[in-house]
Amino acid sequence: MSPEQITSAVLAALSDVAPELDAQTIDPKAQLRDQLDLDSMDFLNFVLGLHKAFGVEIPEPDYRKIGTLDGCVAYLAEKMVAA
Amino acid sequence: MVQFIMPKLGADMTQGKLVEWCKKPGQPIRRGEIIAVIETDKANVDTESFVDGVFESALVEPHDEWLPVGTPLAVIRVEGEAPPQVAPAVQPTAAAPAVAALAPGPAPAMRVPVAEAALERPKISPAARKHVLDLGIDPARISGTGPGGRITLEDVDRAAAAVPPAPAPAPAPTEVPDKVLRMRDAIAATMARSKREIPHYYLATTIVMAKALGWLEARNNERPVTERLLPGVLLIKATALALRRVPELNGFWLNGRAEPSRAIHVGVAISLRGGGLVAPALHDAEQCSLDELMRRLQDLTKRARANSLRSSEMTDPTITVTSLGERGVESVFGIIYPPQLALVGFGKLVERPWVVDDGIVTQPVVTATLSGDHRATDGHRGALLLDAIDRLLQEPEKL
Repeated sequence: MSPEQITSAVLAALSDVAPELDAQTIDPKAQLRDQLDLDSMDFLNFVLGLHKAFGVEIPEPDYRKIGTLDGCVAYLAEKMVAA
Repeated sequence: MVQFIMPKLGADMTQGKLVEWCKKPGQPIRRGEIIAVIETDKANVDTESFVDGVFESALVEPHDEWLPVGTPLAVIRVEGEAPPQVAPAVQPTAAAPAVAALAPGPAPAMRVPVAEAALERPKISPAARKHVLDLGIDPARISGTGPGGRITLEDVDRAAAAVPPAPAPAPAPTEVPDKVLRMRDAIAATMARSKREIPHYYLATTIVMAKALGWLEARNNERPVTERLLPGVLLIKATALALRRVPELNGFWLNGRAEPSRAIHVGVAISLRGGGLVAPALHDAEQCSLDELMRRLQDLTKRARANSLRSSEMTDPTITVTSLGERGVESVFGIIYPPQLALVGFGKLVERPWVVDDGIVTQPVVTATLSGDHRATDGHRGALLLDAIDRLLQEPEKL
């Protein structure tokens, strides 16, 4: 998977929990929770969406690594290589 | 025969739209089965029947019109011999009697025998009804020529030609521009009523969450993301169990007195993206395992945001739990959702210096608050509830 493909799959998982999301306005370095007003249930559903889309297990302690769009894409790219 | 009326699905509901019938005339219906989808200011609600019987006939067809609470919608033939005067087609909501007692307006859960209602309200097709409203004619003055005396479009036209046009009808007061505004109005009315009628008292305590979170972390680490629990589930379960010990705070204020409920249905405040909130019930929350409660909370949140809740979820909560900690505030002193007796609030989980065994250590803590109806209970009982929640959270493995 290319970084672009990962990014678009992450955005798809995000828009499942925040349907009004506009990919153009997301700051890739800012916390997704703050930008998109996600609560813990939303965030859990986002992680579930990533789990479904990428087939990777994301342990709870790693949540902080996927807090931003850039962080999330980098984390998943690394996970995919390792897998 | 009983009538299925426009139900009052929560203290804030005054009108609803019939979106869809889920039963056809002649079909049997069981208590708890979905009879219709009703649109309220807050959601499209799958509305359950509260009797066993047969769906006899629809008095109203689905259409884009707001109908006041109490409007007869359908006739149900009750199984066995039910006296038509008393058997309700839909359980009177807990909110209803209080509203009837405290606020003037349409008696929300009142039922009338069918024959009487048929006289009161002429049968009329939806298209004709709309036409009548457009023309501003009193439907009682139109004689119907359709099947069973039903008023047809032609009847309306004939009547319109026969009578001088009525003065321009006042714009229907129920028309509100859009969904968000209507929800705002509904919340405004309910919260204003709560603050006007309920003498609130407020309590707060700080609960150390080290044990609960430690237990949760260890548990979640062993499990795939599909089986993880959120801390909020522990808080809800602890609250539900604590209410067993302090039952006076669980239930309703009805007809001038407290009516505690044996069942514990925790209404969870769920904020909706785009504004507003709903607080649907997790039924019998004290009896659910944490896993079950988590699954149901996920499902409830999803359906609340997708605008699809069941009528029992809207009307049954015996207490509300709100958790604004997600939004970064440390405490929330909520306004009681009438006619409930109390509301429990949880703030943000924060790390604080704490004295443990004569030493100062960092501990995760949460501020738990209680808003209680002082007519029903005193601060002493309220304090016992917060204390019970605290104790339960110190033994998370038993939740």
